[in-house]
Amino acid sequence: MSGHATFEPKNPALKWFESRLPLVGLIHSSFVAYPTPRNLNYWWTFGGILSLMLVCQIVSGVVLVMHYTPHVTLAFDSVEHIMRDVSYGWLIRYIHANGASMFFIAVYIHMFRGLYYGSYKAPREVLWILGCIIYLLMMATAFMGYVLPWGQMSFWGATVITNLFSAFPVVGPTIVEWLWGGFAVDNPTLNRFFSLHYLLPFMIAGVVVLHVWALHVVGQNNPTGVEPKTPKDTVPFTPYATIKDSLGMVVFLIFFSWFLFYIPNYLGHADNYIPANPLVTPAHIVPEWYYLPFYAMLRAIPSKLGGVLTMFSAIIVLFFVPWLDTSKVRSGVYRPLFKQFFWIWVAVCIGLGWLGAKPAEGGYIIAGRILTFWYFAHFLIILPLLGLFEKPKAVPASITESVLGKKGSAPASVGAQAPQTKG
Amino acid sequence: MNKLMSSLSSIAPLALRRGLIGAAVAGALVLAGGLAPASAQEHGGTKPHRESWSFAGPFGKYDRAQLQRGFQVFKEVCSSCHSAHLLAFRNLAQPGGPQFSEEQAKVVAEGYQIQDGPNDAGDMFDRPGRLSDHWPSPFPNEQAARASNGGAYPPDFSTLAKARTYEVGFPGFLIDIFTQYQEQGPDYIHALLNGYVDPPEGVTVPEGAHYNAYFPGHAIKMPQPISADQVTYTDGTPQTVDQYSRDVTAFMMWVAEPHLEARKRIGFQVMVFLIIFAGLLYFTKKKVWKAVHDH
Repeated sequence: MSGHATFEPKNPALKWFESRLPLVGLIHSSFVAYPTPRNLNYWWTFGGILSLMLVCQIVSGVVLVMHYTPHVTLAFDSVEHIMRDVSYGWLIRYIHANGASMFFIAVYIHMFRGLYYGSYKAPREVLWILGCIIYLLMMATAFMGYVLPWGQMSFWGATVITNLFSAFPVVGPTIVEWLWGGFAVDNPTLNRFFSLHYLLPFMIAGVVVLHVWALHVVGQNNPTGVEPKTPKDTVPFTPYATIKDSLGMVVFLIFFSWFLFYIPNYLGHADNYIPANPLVTPAHIVPEWYYLPFYAMLRAIPSKLGGVLTMFSAIIVLFFVPWLDTSKVRSGVYRPLFKQFFWIWVAVCIGLGWLGAKPAEGGYIIAGRILTFWYFAHFLIILPLLGLFEKPKAVPASITESVLGKKGSAPASVGAQAPQTKG
Repeated sequence: MNKLMSSLSSIAPLALRRGLIGAAVAGALVLAGGLAPASAQEHGGTKPHRESWSFAGPFGKYDRAQLQRGFQVFKEVCSSCHSAHLLAFRNLAQPGGPQFSEEQAKVVAEGYQIQDGPNDAGDMFDRPGRLSDHWPSPFPNEQAARASNGGAYPPDFSTLAKARTYEVGFPGFLIDIFTQYQEQGPDYIHALLNGYVDPPEGVTVPEGAHYNAYFPGHAIKMPQPISADQVTYTDGTPQTVDQYSRDVTAFMMWVAEPHLEARKRIGFQVMVFLIIFAGLLYFTKKKVWKAVHDH
């Protein structure tokens, strides 16, 4: 799909360089000439937004490390030193802390988009799986990052999450001690988390390269799920996708700035402004919002090992979605039943997130069990069966037909969720 | 609904207030899915009233006079038990804070003896404070602080105003995104300082503790810390417990978030830039895509 470089350098120096390393040609074929479906809506701008967020996190993180001290007696105060004494340190730290949440908001939208439009289906299975790996790495990175300020929630969150591994029979306690580097969450834990928190983002960047590579081999999916057939179905990446992605990014930055400048502590926990104290347990130990659905699953299962396995399975099941969805039709737009189940599943995820923040008692547990069951049933029962029983609507013959056929009429379902995608 | 609830609660007697809020919260939770166990609300204290703070909202700024009064309350009352080890004397003269003159801040610093050393003879020695020194803690260590305070450790003020909160519940926590409500900490602290009331019928407070309507569990070790006319204001501001608590809470918020004003100011500039930039991009995008839309 990516097509061969149509890039013909005129400049003799560039010609000389290109014949030895066709770097500019690679960039040209990937981000200039690369054909993108003409009907992509704004949900497709989240790939670009995520790249922006990754760069934003790495750059702000590298600057934070210049001022941070990874030691249990100094970490909290060094973060406060950044907040108070470092020039614009408050800005850099709030960018990094809120940026993590923004990264997850964007990745969740990106994943929901992929699930709705069937972007995981052949030939994009590897692309999808690479995305799931990025998501896993993001979760690990964000978890370790949250430990670094060494506040109460850092410490107790680390204690709870690392303790999960003790649920595994025989090797559990050994694994936990190995993770801690001792017999409790302490300075060795903080040090290794700091080291890994610096390492993992570069692994994410590496998998992102593979993700983009795979994308450029198979091409982008699009709202119709119909592969481009003629050159009329696509437009060159530049200027079309470039300008649209830029608009998406800037609108996303406005959203980001709202949190960053006006409610920078909204997404965090007040308890994390209390220095870590191993002798005082907070009333409620709550993870960051992006883990809450999984936390709800963990607590919904009565056995500890069962809870841990359920929680991990919730992510592992995503890797198998390309084969669990048996429908021949790719895009949810033409699948009337799937569409409804998709939104139910989104509601289930949000419901689990809400339950994750509630105390594990009474009705909350029962609701947690029902929603956990539905989460898995969606993948393991509904998706396989829907493909067999659902009667899909007629799929357009081509992307161009889907675009021009609608011309002049009211905005139809394809871009219903996106602003300004009037074909 | 929150506003209504809080204004109701401010005029209602305490017992009725707790009942009302409990009912409203239970009602909201029932609406939210009928899942609320009756015990959910029992964990916390009463919900604090949402005060009007000068530093709230997108254009919020600290009130210099209020911060200076709050500093006076902190210095004369709170700091005899509470530390604020991240506060430096130089901060008192920095922009965005109480903005004492450098001379005034120096005078404050010199009023304290700071341990320094070791000197050439190897001895530690005391000297008057300098601008670069941090606020001296009232106790040499946590154990000493606990021993003097009935076993309780008076928390450090450095980040305290951001380290306290209360549960807002559904759907209030979503509305707070749009109203930019970030003052849970100050509202809680203000409420706590005004929450020393007689315990309700049948509630006994443990020896050495005091009943407080807003403290989780209601039994707080800190006795009512301030009473009317305890601190003498020179600017004619009323010397009431409510006024003292507002002033010292604002001061604590500044200690916890000294760059709040710069944050909101820069935030507005960034917002204006981004919105104009987005507008330009929108029209550019429309122009670029025009050709494709037509065929």
